[in-house]
Amino acid sequence: MDFNDTPEQAKFRAKCREWLEANAELKESKGSGHSDSSLEDHLKIAKTWQQKKYEAGWAMLHWPKEYGGIEASPIERIIWGQEEAKFNVPGGIFEIGLGMCGPVMMQYATNEQKDRYLAPMAEGKEIWCQLFSEPAAGSDVAGLRSKAEKDGDDWIINGQKVWTSGAHYSDFGILVVRHDPDVAKHKGLTFFFVDMKSPGITVKPIKQITGQAGTGAGFNEVYFDDVRIPDSQRLGEIGDGWKVAITTLMNERLAVGDARGCDIEEALILSKTKDDAGEALIKNNSVRERLADWFCEANGLKYTKFRTISALSKGEAPGPEASITKIVSANKLQAIGNFGIDAGDMAGMLIDENDGVSSFQGAWLGAPGLRIAGGTDEILRNVIAERVLGLPQDPRADKGLAFKDIPTKA
Amino acid sequence: MNLDFSDDQKFLQDEAKKFFDKEGGLTNARAVMDNALDGDNELWQKIVELGWTGIRIPEAYEGLGLGHLELCVIAEELGRSLAPVPFSSSVYFFTEALIKFGNEEIKSDLLPKLVSGEVVGTYGIAEDMHQATESNLTVSVTSEKINGVKIAVPDAGMATQMIVVVKSNAGTDLRLVDLNDASLTVTPQKNLDTSRAFFKVEFENTPSKLIGESGEGWTYIQHLLDQAAVLFAFEQVGGSQAALEMAKAYSMERFAFGRQIGSYQAIKHKLADMYIAVTLAKSNCYYGAWALSSESAELPLAAATARVSATKAFQLCSKENIQTHGGNGFTWEYDCHLFYKRSKVLSVLLGSEAAWKEKLVTNLEKTNTLAKG
Repeated sequence: MDFNDTPEQAKFRAKCREWLEANAELKESKGSGHSDSSLEDHLKIAKTWQQKKYEAGWAMLHWPKEYGGIEASPIERIIWGQEEAKFNVPGGIFEIGLGMCGPVMMQYATNEQKDRYLAPMAEGKEIWCQLFSEPAAGSDVAGLRSKAEKDGDDWIINGQKVWTSGAHYSDFGILVVRHDPDVAKHKGLTFFFVDMKSPGITVKPIKQITGQAGTGAGFNEVYFDDVRIPDSQRLGEIGDGWKVAITTLMNERLAVGDARGCDIEEALILSKTKDDAGEALIKNNSVRERLADWFCEANGLKYTKFRTISALSKGEAPGPEASITKIVSANKLQAIGNFGIDAGDMAGMLIDENDGVSSFQGAWLGAPGLRIAGGTDEILRNVIAERVLGLPQDPRADKGLAFKDIPTKA
Repeated sequence: MNLDFSDDQKFLQDEAKKFFDKEGGLTNARAVMDNALDGDNELWQKIVELGWTGIRIPEAYEGLGLGHLELCVIAEELGRSLAPVPFSSSVYFFTEALIKFGNEEIKSDLLPKLVSGEVVGTYGIAEDMHQATESNLTVSVTSEKINGVKIAVPDAGMATQMIVVVKSNAGTDLRLVDLNDASLTVTPQKNLDTSRAFFKVEFENTPSKLIGESGEGWTYIQHLLDQAAVLFAFEQVGGSQAALEMAKAYSMERFAFGRQIGSYQAIKHKLADMYIAVTLAKSNCYYGAWALSSESAELPLAAATARVSATKAFQLCSKENIQTHGGNGFTWEYDCHLFYKRSKVLSVLLGSEAAWKEKLVTNLEKTNTLAKG
C-alpha cells in the first residue's frame, strides 16, 4: 500500500505539470478563480484556454486518436484533472460536450458530421449542451413528453426541456424527444442533435433558490416551438432514443459527483478560530461530535476515491464503491453549511455587505440542488440497492402501457 | 496510487474466508453461546496450526514474519464469521506488546510459544464501568507484586498469560503475569454476547515482569490500542458486510403483499444506507491499514477514524438486519442476534464510540492542514 504514482504515471504527471506551468498560473489560494468576471468574459477566457489546450493536445485526452485525442487511460485523465485543478484556469464549460456529446456523435453521426462538428467542439469554438430533463420527467426521464413529428425530411419539435446547463451560451445540443406516444414509454423516443440558434428555440434562465439566474454554467428552461430538425441530424434509429441516451450517460460514469464546497477543513478552521462565548467553538462537545462524524465521512470518501483510482491505476475496473459519493458529499455539504451559519448565532442569517454570502451560506443554499441534480438521493439509493446489491426493481405502474395511457394525475 | 492489498494478501483473505466457512461459519459462535464455553478450542487449535498466531512474529522466533496487512485481511474474515476465539486478545494485543516493547528474554521465551499455541495471551485495562485513564488506575505494582482487580478481561479462560496496565512508582507500567499463578483468581463475568467470554481477575501479591520501561505503560497502551483499533475495525467491517448480506438474502426470499420485501423502497433504502456505512468504514480501514503497516505518525488519527466509522457501520448493519427480518430477527433461532451482540461487544471493548470520537477530534486539533482528496 502506498500513495505513489507508478513510474509511467509519474512521467505523465510531470509532462502535464511542465505544460501547465508554462501556460498557466498556479492558484494562489484555494478557490481563487475567474468567478468575479462577467459571463461574456468568462466564456472568452474559457475558450482561449480550451484552444490553447487543443493546440498542445490536452483538450480531449480520452478521445480516440482518429478524432484528435490520445486515448488517455482513466488514470491519465485523473492525473491531468488533478494537475489542472492546481492552476488558475477556467473550467466547466466544455465538459458536457467533450464527455457526453462528443462520444455520442462519434458513435452515431455520419463521417461528414463528425468532420464538421468534432474539431470545433474540442477546440472550444462551439459549445454543446444536453437536453434530456423535462418539467414532468425528472427522475423518470423516459417519461418525457416533448414531441417530434415527421414532416418530409424534417422533424418538427414541440415541447419544453428544463435544467439544461449552459443552454444560454451553447451552440448545439443533444436532444431526446417522443416521436410515438402510442407505444410503451421507452420505445417511443428518438435522439437528435440540434442547432441551438434554430428558429423556435427560446432559452430562459432558471432563477434558483440561491437567487442566481443565468450566471456561470447555470440552468435553463428551453422551449421548442415548431423547431425544424433535419432527419440527417437524427442519432440512431427511430425509436432507439432511450438506448442512445443510456450510452450517453454511460460515458459519464467516471464523473464521481463529489459535491464541491466547504468541507471538514473549513468546518475545522472555523471551529478553531470562531469564538463561542469566550472559548473556541471546538471546545463545545456537540461541535466536537459533529466534527468527528464529518471527518469520518470526508476521509471515507477520500479513501474511497483512492481505492477507485488504485483499481484504475492497475488497469482494473473499479468496484461499485464510488456510487456512494454524491449522497454522502451533498448531505455533508448541507450539514456543514448549516453549521457555519449557526456559528454566527443570532446574526448568522446576515449576509456580509462587502463579501456577499459566506462559503457556508453558499453551501447551505446550494446543497439542496446538489441532492437532486444528477440523480436524487432517493434515486441513488435505488441504484445502490438494485445495481450494487442486486435487489429487485420496484413494480412499475406504467409497465406495458402505451405512453399515452400512463396516468399523470390522481 | 496503490491503496489496495497485494495479490498475496487477497489470496490469504480468500483462504481465511474458505477456512471459516468450512469450519462451520456462524455455528461456532452459536455453539459457544449455547454451551457457555470460554471459546472454541478446536477452532483455535486449527488457527494455531495455520500459523496465524505467528503472522507478525519474526522468523527468528519461529513466526511467519509477515506484516500488519496480513493481519488486517484475516481480521476481516474473523469478523465476518464471528469466530469465537481469543485472536484479538492474544494476537492484536499480547503478541504486539511483546514484539514492540518486550525485552529479549521475554521475547525468546514467549514468542515461539505463541506460535505453537502453548501460550495464549490477553490484557487487562478496565477496572470499573468508567473510561480508564492514567489517573484513575487502582491496580498497582510494588516490588514486582501486583494487587487489585481488573474486570471485563477478554478470553482469560483460554489465556495462559496476561499483560496488565498498572500504577507504579514511575507512573504507569505494562506488566506480564502468568494466569496460572496461584496468587490470582479468575472468575467469569456475565455479558451481553456469550459467544465471547469475559472475566474478573483478582491479583493478590501476584508476581509480574515489566514490559518495556517503567513509567511508559500509558504511552505503550495507547499505541497498542491504536493498532488494535485498526484491526478491530476490520473485524467490524467483516461483521457489517455479513449482516448486510444476510439482510439482503432475506429481503429477496421473504414475500409480503405479494412482493419480495426487497422490492420495497423502505427496505432498499435501508440496505443502501447500510452499504454506504460499510463502504465509508472500509475505506477508512484501508487508510488505517496503510498508517498501521507504514508506522505512520498519522496512526492515532487513522485508527480513531477507522474505529469510529466501523463501529457505526457494524451497529447500523446489525440492528437493521434484525429490522429487515421482522419478528424472525428477534428469535434466538435466527442468527441476527449474533451480529447485534458482537457489534455491541466490539463497540465497547476498546473504549466507547464517544471516547474514540474525542481521540479523533483531539488529533484533528493538533493538525494544521488536512490533505484534500
